[in-house]
Amino acid sequence: MTDQVTNASGAPIPAAQTRRDARDRVLGLGKKDFGLFLLVIALTMLAPFILNPFPEGSALSQFNAGYPDLMQRFVIFGIFAIGFNILFGLTGYLSFGHAAFLGVGSYAGIWAMKLLTLNVIPSIVTSIVVAGLFAAIVGFISLRRSGIYFSILTLAFAMMSFALAYSVLTPITGGETGMQLQYFDPRILDGPLEPGTTPRANLFGLEMAASYQLEVGAWLFTFNAGYYIAAIVMLIAFYLAIRIFRSPFGMMLRAIKSNQQRMNYTGLNSKPYTLAAFIISGMYAGLAGGLLVAMDTQVGAERMFWTASGEVVLMTILGGAGTLIGPVLGAGFIKYFENIVSKINESTLEAWFAFLPGGLSDAAVAVVYPFVGKGWHLTLGLLFMAVVIFLPGGLVQGGSKLATVFRRDRNAGPVEGAAAEKRQAAED
Amino acid sequence: MTKGNFTRRGVLRTGAAAGTGLAAPTIFTGAVWADAHTGFTNAPQGDTVTLGFNVPQSGPYADEGADELRAFELAVEHLNGEGDGGMLSTFSEQNLDGTGIMGKRVEFVTGDTQTKSDAARASARSMIERDGAIMVSGGSSSGVAVAVQALCQEAGIIFMAGLTHANDTTGKDKRANGFRHFFNSYMSGAALAPILAAQYGNDRKAYHLTADYNWGYTTEQAVRESTEALGWETVNTVLTPLTQTDFSSYITPVLQSDADILVLNHYGGNMVNSLTNAVQFGLRDRQVNGKQFEIVVPLYSELMARGAGQNIAGILGSQNWDWKLENQLGDRYSGTNAFVQSFGTKYGFPPSQAAHTCYVQTLLYADAVQRAGSFNPCAVVEALEGFEFDGLGNGPTLYRAEDHQCFKDVVVVRGKENPENEFDLVEIVEVTPVDQVTYAPDHPQFAGGSLGECNPGA
Amino acid sequence: MDAIILQILNGLDKGSAYALIALGLTLIFGTLGVVNFAHGALFMLGAFCAVTLSRLLQLSHEVVDDTRTDFLGNPLTVDVPYVYDIFGESAGAAIIDWAVPLAILFAIPIMILIGVVMERGLIKHFYKRPHADQILVTFGLAIVLQEVIKYFYGANPIPTPAPSAFVGSFDFGAVLGFDPGSIVYPYWRLIYFFFAAIVIAAVFAFLQFTTFGMVVRAGMADRETVTLLGIDIDKRFTIMFGLAAAVAGLAGVMYTPINSPNYHMGMDFLVLSFVVVVVGGMGSLPGAVLAGFLLGIIEAFASMSEVLEILPGINQIVIYLVAIIVLLTRPRGLMGRKGVMED
Repeated sequence: MTDQVTNASGAPIPAAQTRRDARDRVLGLGKKDFGLFLLVIALTMLAPFILNPFPEGSALSQFNAGYPDLMQRFVIFGIFAIGFNILFGLTGYLSFGHAAFLGVGSYAGIWAMKLLTLNVIPSIVTSIVVAGLFAAIVGFISLRRSGIYFSILTLAFAMMSFALAYSVLTPITGGETGMQLQYFDPRILDGPLEPGTTPRANLFGLEMAASYQLEVGAWLFTFNAGYYIAAIVMLIAFYLAIRIFRSPFGMMLRAIKSNQQRMNYTGLNSKPYTLAAFIISGMYAGLAGGLLVAMDTQVGAERMFWTASGEVVLMTILGGAGTLIGPVLGAGFIKYFENIVSKINESTLEAWFAFLPGGLSDAAVAVVYPFVGKGWHLTLGLLFMAVVIFLPGGLVQGGSKLATVFRRDRNAGPVEGAAAEKRQAAED
Repeated sequence: MTKGNFTRRGVLRTGAAAGTGLAAPTIFTGAVWADAHTGFTNAPQGDTVTLGFNVPQSGPYADEGADELRAFELAVEHLNGEGDGGMLSTFSEQNLDGTGIMGKRVEFVTGDTQTKSDAARASARSMIERDGAIMVSGGSSSGVAVAVQALCQEAGIIFMAGLTHANDTTGKDKRANGFRHFFNSYMSGAALAPILAAQYGNDRKAYHLTADYNWGYTTEQAVRESTEALGWETVNTVLTPLTQTDFSSYITPVLQSDADILVLNHYGGNMVNSLTNAVQFGLRDRQVNGKQFEIVVPLYSELMARGAGQNIAGILGSQNWDWKLENQLGDRYSGTNAFVQSFGTKYGFPPSQAAHTCYVQTLLYADAVQRAGSFNPCAVVEALEGFEFDGLGNGPTLYRAEDHQCFKDVVVVRGKENPENEFDLVEIVEVTPVDQVTYAPDHPQFAGGSLGECNPGA
Repeated sequence: MDAIILQILNGLDKGSAYALIALGLTLIFGTLGVVNFAHGALFMLGAFCAVTLSRLLQLSHEVVDDTRTDFLGNPLTVDVPYVYDIFGESAGAAIIDWAVPLAILFAIPIMILIGVVMERGLIKHFYKRPHADQILVTFGLAIVLQEVIKYFYGANPIPTPAPSAFVGSFDFGAVLGFDPGSIVYPYWRLIYFFFAAIVIAAVFAFLQFTTFGMVVRAGMADRETVTLLGIDIDKRFTIMFGLAAAVAGLAGVMYTPINSPNYHMGMDFLVLSFVVVVVGGMGSLPGAVLAGFLLGIIEAFASMSEVLEILPGINQIVIYLVAIIVLLTRPRGLMGRKGVMED
């Protein structure tokens, strides 16, 4: 969407161009944006198929990611990263404490489930509201500074939240052992559960854990209620993000990124805009936290540790900061490694390489073993470096490069590639 | 896809409805349901059964996790009739014959808990949802144990806790589907107190440094109450942050106080650092009130002893098990040598207490299934509740029905002055018999929880 | 009174570690403008230089001792270090005992080399890239370095004691006229403090009083002009990077007797060192040192039980709280320069 992005000097594109664009809009989205949105819809809805490409029981089924927990994590951390990108990708403010909002949202969500009802909607709404309020306070203070000073302020708030939640706030956070639901929680809207039963999050009776499994030949596909609910929420979040990116408000945020000083000289006060972006992005984090609780009813304080804040930064940069789909890809990438590669153990490898003759098979296992299982961090670190060295625009740029190869018209870059390159240009 | 035969592979892998008191998801009821429905989550199909071993593979406890994994692999070998059979021959129950569990060959999947409750649950869920694990075991902290135990309860599978020592695991956070073989804070306090009094006298003033999270709180409380009952005075208790690495500013006030005992309620890296710092400040050489100053670490592992190096020498603490038990204290602890023999032969060094716990947990689960004649978690729970056995290295042992805590002797150890090698760092001082560490199920240190009812899942 | 003196000593001691790590970080971060998330890993690598040297010195050959048996009942094999063969048993033992101080000599060239290779091979290409990319690449590098160490040394802390000559404490009480034994402080921690002071002074002197330092300072202030003058500032920045790596490494070497090193120790210090640098103010070396000592002393006092009784949990958050207060009252930290890393 080159036409809607600010030009190199940071000033908005003339209105005439925008008007011309308005002709072919669907759902308020430009043609290319709408195409992207359709693509994301297709990907999320068909995820149970796409993520389970290998037949059950085959050696490669180890790489299947189409089970409820991981699919849920993909979309939830996708939401988290989309929200982070609204702040970082548009305004350039690098928050290093975003996990605090996710954590606070989670705690709010689980308390809503303990006190009000097991229905996920009140719980998620509570998460968003509480995280938004917390973000308003943190943002109001932190946005008094910019650059690295801003980053450290947000980091300080997040680390304080973590430290307190883990220790002195144990009565309300559960501390080390976290918070879980109990059948004897009050839950004033639901009425009491039968003693001894397990409380389960639901949406008007539809349990998040409910799944339907489809067996096609050797393949097994799982359709999980919780995943589809989370996916629909993510699509809404994604749609809103596109609208924010393309709105005058988004344009203002980009202007702040490219030259805040000039903005201020023109008499515009940029603070309300950045604060609004900060709060919106905090609410996205709260939404992600609320969904995490809805899908898996527990909260642990490590969710707010600085490494968790760092993770969302990495997701966004890895995917391509400032692009729409990039952060979602980055989130998926990191979560995939964390959950899939870490589970490959020595005996899995031995099974893979069993077809090789004895000595060779042992050698192959010995070579691969340090990079999988307990060595999954090593692979992740190497890939971080590889991506940033070879794909300066993040994974999105990789995707667009790949797409150009298959395209007849090699000059017409796809939607997101353009944004990625723009970002490069703007930041140089 | 239209050709798809709509059979359900085994069962619904995640706990859906039926009998939970909430409305069942309507869209999934109907004929498709009934097919091959066996009534519980992940009922093993075919001739194999999958267990999930969820241990820390990254982060500070990675080495402990690696040792747990070794033990799990060994247990699986023995269950499948490979290797020398280890404790299968010494176990008082002789239901396991090396043909797997109920004739099904045992397979396993592994995961990384990262010692974070979120990551541990994600890993355990993938084992349950993707790999069809019927039991999950392992872990190296109480935070992880409590989180995964609650998950297994929700999903309807069995959780055999790994290394978890906080009272909460079988106290306020206990669950019907979870069992703990490891001992707990209360038992550490109860086992240590008489020996501390015997070694250091009844007239002592103790200063506690406590890790500022749940396990620290329960351990401090247990040690404090047990020692105060024997006449000790608690001079001060100070909470230290989990992320603390340099404990000097917590140690120097000890020098200023008139305490003559320092109790370090720390685990892992915290303990290694706080003990190292305490020794640096000369606490071991100190004389107060005419008495020799002493340091006590209520719980420490072999790996922590290795990390602390020479500083562990002479420090009293408690352990769940030690590989020298049978050699030094005789037949009561039979099974120990059989396990050490097969572990040592395979890996070249003696096993840690975490390894022992994980090995035993796997065998106990297999045996319970065998006795129950079913993989159904509720049948397994029934078989394990109130189960008494012997020959697994801890002497006569009871799995109490009321809280799923295991009761057995507790080993009191001391860091060796002149260790011969890096695996021989502790010596057994005494074993506190099980009667002295047994408590009532409604003991105040364990108040506030409920097992609930066993959940077979789908 | 003596309690307060002891906490000041503790604070100076903690602070010297913070200051030393922050000094190296600010050389790279505050002056070259590179957000170096691998700095903690450099600290960790320094510590493992000490571990490695101590292991090298203890390289042994096996001698079977038939009189004793191991835990499985086989004849025991006893390891005899090669240094015993070369220098004799007592001298050999003394050399092993002094592994940590010897590691200083061992670590300096290695750390400079690592720093130079890192800069030439990787960081150089990222000077003009957005900070975000620098974070990603250095974080990736930090993980890789950590995992490599974990692969070879395991995750458990490795005890690396100080020479036995430095075990024990110095009695300040007797010197200052208090009761003997009331204020004692371990020798090694005092050594650490003086060592840090010397390294910090040396770095300052190097930048202040040498032509090389002058050029570097000029380059920090205005890189373009210096380049226009025909000076190859890039080469000097490479050397600065090596220097920063060496400072971090030395901080790590000397830290090993205080706390047993593990592969994760760099990450534990990383966040804290960023906070120290930023509180000190971007682009200011004295600021980083000042902030290091300030935060060390404040942290020490916050851990006193008298304070904790009034404000429970303050020890958990005090550093971050102070950071917030400082940054809100002084926009660029204690001594920051305008325009450095502010956008």
